[in-house]
Amino acid sequence: MVKKDISYLKQKNLLHMENIYKIYDGKVVLNDIDLSVSKGELCTVVGPSGCGKSTLLRLILGQERPDKGEIFIEGKPVGFASKDRGIVYQKYSLFPHLSVIENVIIGKKFTAGLFAKKQVFIEEGMEYLKRVRLDAHYNKYPHELSGGMQQRVAIAQSLIMKPKILLMDEPFGALDPGTREDIQVFLLELWEDIKMNIFFVTHDLEEAVFLGTRIIVLSQFYTDGLPNDQNTPKGAKIVADHALERIAASTTVKKSIKNRELIEQIKLDGFSPEYLQRISEFNLRHPDSFQTI
Amino acid sequence: MPIFWGIHAKPPKIWKIVLGLLPFIILVSVYLTASHVRLERNSDDKLLPSIGKMIQAVDGLAFTKDKRKGEYLMLRDTLSSLKRLIIGVLAAAVVGLFLGMNLGVFPGFNALLMPFVTFISIIPSLSLLPILFISFGIDEMGKVILIFWGTFILITRDMYLATKAIHEEQIIKALTLGASQFSIVYKIVLPQIMPRLIETIRLCLGGGWLFLIASEAIAATDGLGYRIFLVRRYMAMDIIIPYVLWITFLGYMMDLILRLIIKWRYSWYVEMRKGG
Repeated sequence: MVKKDISYLKQKNLLHMENIYKIYDGKVVLNDIDLSVSKGELCTVVGPSGCGKSTLLRLILGQERPDKGEIFIEGKPVGFASKDRGIVYQKYSLFPHLSVIENVIIGKKFTAGLFAKKQVFIEEGMEYLKRVRLDAHYNKYPHELSGGMQQRVAIAQSLIMKPKILLMDEPFGALDPGTREDIQVFLLELWEDIKMNIFFVTHDLEEAVFLGTRIIVLSQFYTDGLPNDQNTPKGAKIVADHALERIAASTTVKKSIKNRELIEQIKLDGFSPEYLQRISEFNLRHPDSFQTI
Repeated sequence: MPIFWGIHAKPPKIWKIVLGLLPFIILVSVYLTASHVRLERNSDDKLLPSIGKMIQAVDGLAFTKDKRKGEYLMLRDTLSSLKRLIIGVLAAAVVGLFLGMNLGVFPGFNALLMPFVTFISIIPSLSLLPILFISFGIDEMGKVILIFWGTFILITRDMYLATKAIHEEQIIKALTLGASQFSIVYKIVLPQIMPRLIETIRLCLGGGWLFLIASEAIAATDGLGYRIFLVRRYMAMDIIIPYVLWITFLGYMMDLILRLIIKWRYSWYVEMRKGG
């Protein structure tokens, strides 16, 4: 493995973390995660259920703290959740007691001074609602919208604060397949349009490969070469890290042979408990990828 | 499809009305029959007065000025009782709301006060009555505090639970939108638990009436509870029964008003509860 200048990565990249461990009740969930993500990336994270991908996202968000290691955004350590990291959850992202437009502009109101004019916010909020194509529904309450619409409002609600990175935790996991494809295409268009940084956690491999410019595979199925290590619980590591080509924002890509092959490879590397790779064999060919030993 | 029996029953609308009225009709007829039988035997019987006797009694209290005081007694009783009840329950609601909400949001505040709140919640409110009367006297203050005490713990605990039930995602989301801790409490948590507060008040009003009547029975110079316990000495059922019905009616109206407020002001809450 080529030795990389890690401190250079830390300076250059938007998101950077080294030697991250997360332990719950003595059980290791994340085992020595090293990850660096550059600006403009739509980085997707996949892994089998229970591998700790949502935990990783919550660590970046500041909802939880790592037990070891530190996470940096633009070279600065992250603290509690704050407005430089936006979040869209699968559920509960919207405030049920506020109308759509109020949900979108509430961040503006939180951060405004006492004498700010609400009208300015409403105009800006309507701009964002137009962008997510929901301006006609500005006056409704969240419960009056479909699941896909709610998620689009939640995206607008986060984007209006111009976060350095938008974290998404299985945002489309609760949507039916048709709506899901629509909103995937929509997200890609939006991402190309305003060049934002997205960190996207999903258990859907196809979705991850389709959306991402880079895919991280997190998995607890690997071996560290010691005898009997299958029986000792060990936390998940990044077992594969691929750069993905951005071809076109069309769902036909999902069926291309190249994608199919990649998906099969990732299934083998990360999702099959019988196939255990050695740590030194991990496919970490992405230029930003590194492993501290 | 069965109309009445079994878990598959679907009573049609007209049946629902008839079925709903049935217990009332039975109760009234049983009363009228029993009253008639007793009055037949002894026309001075006081236990089950006739409807006419009750109307007469109500007329005397509600629509005739009292000679000594120059007031309508029933109106005065009603106003005094409602004043005590509303002040007591409102004060309990305000204290319970802020206490419960802060217990739910701030772990430090919770560590400080939760054991204490749990402890005092077990004190039977009525056992405090003598203490309250000794320390606050037998006038308004003692009664209001009894009603307050009897309801605020329940409201506090319910507001605490309502706050805890708000998903953590909502709090984190607000933080990522730049909310201060103050904004989280007053712009995210407070508006979301307001409809629940009104529901809790609805439930607590029953207890509120209990403590109101108990305190008025012991020491008062007016009030609905005072009146029924006063005329009890003369076995004046012709006054007691209409008063009990009047109290029930007042309670029902208060409940209805609160229900309508939730329906009009908090449509999102009603929908969310439906959706689960």
